[in-house]
Amino acid sequence: MTETLIQFDHVVKAFGANIVLKGVNLGILQGDLTTIIGKSGIGKSVLLKHMIGLMRPDSGQVLYRGKPLARLRGVEKKDFKHKISYMFQGSALFDSMTVFENIALPLVERTRMKPAEIRKKVHDKMEQLELFNVDDHYPSQISGGMKKRVALARALVTDPEIILFDEPTTGLDPIRKHAVHSMIADYQQRFGFTGIMVSHEIPDVFHISQRIAMLDEGLIIFEGDPERLQESDNPVIRDFIRGYESRHEDQGGMAPQPMGEKRFKEEMARLLRFQTPFSIVLLTISNMEEINARLGHLATQKVMRDFAGKMQKHLRIIDNCSRCGLNRLMIILANSRLDQARITCERLSREMNRAEIVELTPYPGFCFQITAGFVEINKECRLEEILSRADSWQNMQYEFRIC
Amino acid sequence: MARSDELTNWLAAVGRPPLALIQEMGRMAIFFFNGLANIFSFPLQFFKLVQQIYFIGAKSVFVVALTGAFTGMVLGLQGYYTLVKFGSEGLLGAAVALSLIRELGPVLTAIMVIARAGSAIAAELGVMRVSEQIDALMTMDINPIRFLISPKIGAAILSFPLLTALFDVVGIFGGYVTGSFLLGISRGAYFSRIEESVSMTDINGGFIKSVVFAAVVMAVCCYRGYFVHTMAEGFGAKGVSLATTWAVVVSCVLVLIFDYVLTSFLL
Repeated sequence: MTETLIQFDHVVKAFGANIVLKGVNLGILQGDLTTIIGKSGIGKSVLLKHMIGLMRPDSGQVLYRGKPLARLRGVEKKDFKHKISYMFQGSALFDSMTVFENIALPLVERTRMKPAEIRKKVHDKMEQLELFNVDDHYPSQISGGMKKRVALARALVTDPEIILFDEPTTGLDPIRKHAVHSMIADYQQRFGFTGIMVSHEIPDVFHISQRIAMLDEGLIIFEGDPERLQESDNPVIRDFIRGYESRHEDQGGMAPQPMGEKRFKEEMARLLRFQTPFSIVLLTISNMEEINARLGHLATQKVMRDFAGKMQKHLRIIDNCSRCGLNRLMIILANSRLDQARITCERLSREMNRAEIVELTPYPGFCFQITAGFVEINKECRLEEILSRADSWQNMQYEFRIC
Repeated sequence: MARSDELTNWLAAVGRPPLALIQEMGRMAIFFFNGLANIFSFPLQFFKLVQQIYFIGAKSVFVVALTGAFTGMVLGLQGYYTLVKFGSEGLLGAAVALSLIRELGPVLTAIMVIARAGSAIAAELGVMRVSEQIDALMTMDINPIRFLISPKIGAAILSFPLLTALFDVVGIFGGYVTGSFLLGISRGAYFSRIEESVSMTDINGGFIKSVVFAAVVMAVCCYRGYFVHTMAEGFGAKGVSLATTWAVVVSCVLVLIFDYVLTSFLL
């Protein structure tokens, strides 16, 4: 069983007359990425700041491996501080230091590493986060997206066991937003750190988080996996998720997942009324990790956008192509049976091979590998069920490469 | 009953501001001594200390020298017309030198450094606070007082006496220029009177004052910038501007108050 790393035990915090946390109970499991969601100004960042000791509860306690944080002393406290890292909402970069100095600071001040080792480690992190030729730039000379990546590099450079992300994608365009999410998910899987993220990016966070906690009116009203959250019949949760989904507009050339879900519901209603079956093709980019390593997270998201945009052009007007997670696209083929779906997919693979994916042009001979799962829907069932069927080995009926 | 409640409330209202002031001063003193103690914690921050000496000391040389020159010149001018009434214009050198070394040197140097570096330090720390840079240091387990404050205190304690010495020397030459070149006092008499009247106690007294002023200025300017968020309107750009103004005004006033106290002890 996964160990509870950080535990909030009846934590109360007030600022003057404003009681922000009214007895929060929350457990953060080791190795999981937990996202805290909730309305703006509800106290999510306050919750995060309690975990790192920037704020202290008025009553109740925050426990780390069962020990109250407030009672950690000497070596124990130092040990905890060295294991945890925080990525601030506003990046909190030192504006009188260069990008390199910002990332190197924790290593320079906290370790006894030699300058050459520090330089190598910082440059490795910068390369992984696609921060090229900005070593000598000051934070005011780089873009908002780059600042976020510098802050992420600074948080990751000490290889911490716990990383707290305070709205890491605020102010980023959809492509960069997906790139940052992809980066966090990727690093979390690779390095196995425990991540705690405050975010508004619904439903994107559902794809990368193992657990979701929702804060409302100073209390945690939900704690569990994303699937359970989406199935919740709590009206506050439903309104919150629906509210965010409806205003979630992806300007990256790709219809967002809620649009796909909406379209699915429409097709399902049509099926129930007129008995017109439809098919779903789930395209999964199976070499996503290789693409990320080769092109970088940002370029990968641009490839996805370009790919989806070109794909949409080759579909009928009644069909719909939408994002479904970080590396999957869902195509709803209206009024189509399985054999028709397969023919469409074959045609798409031919057409797409002729289409030039902009980001891939500098890499001749490099392909991205796509597996396609097909499901025909002829009776009422849930989208999650269909997607898991499409994702299963038996339904992976087609594989193609786009170079 | 109601009358006694009213009296209690009135007494509480009267007592609250002085109590708050004493608390604030206590916090400021603890903050300063914490910064002072951390100067000597290992590993020593030699490079940061040199950087701060350059910022507080070297970059103030021109403005301090300029102020010193004109202060000495005006002292020469005023002193001459006062002393000539008593037929003692030969004592001009001693009057200029003693005024500068004992009083004007340490005080005016401190005020010039407050204007140039003290305000900048308060603003810099204030911006770092409101943009969460100080919080970021805490999350990285870097002691912000050691990292940000200690080098500034160390540099000020080293720079203030040196700048005061510069102010005194340039001021004495300023007085010499007006006294000898413009008003015709004997050049030899000007310097020989200085040699006769200025003792090492005067010079040491000036240096003691400058070290105390360094401590006062750094305590006030660093404290206000660092704790800008605890002010009533200590948020954002407005908070930083208020903190900077507060730091400059309070440090100037405290320099003059400490000057009086120290003078009464040193004389």
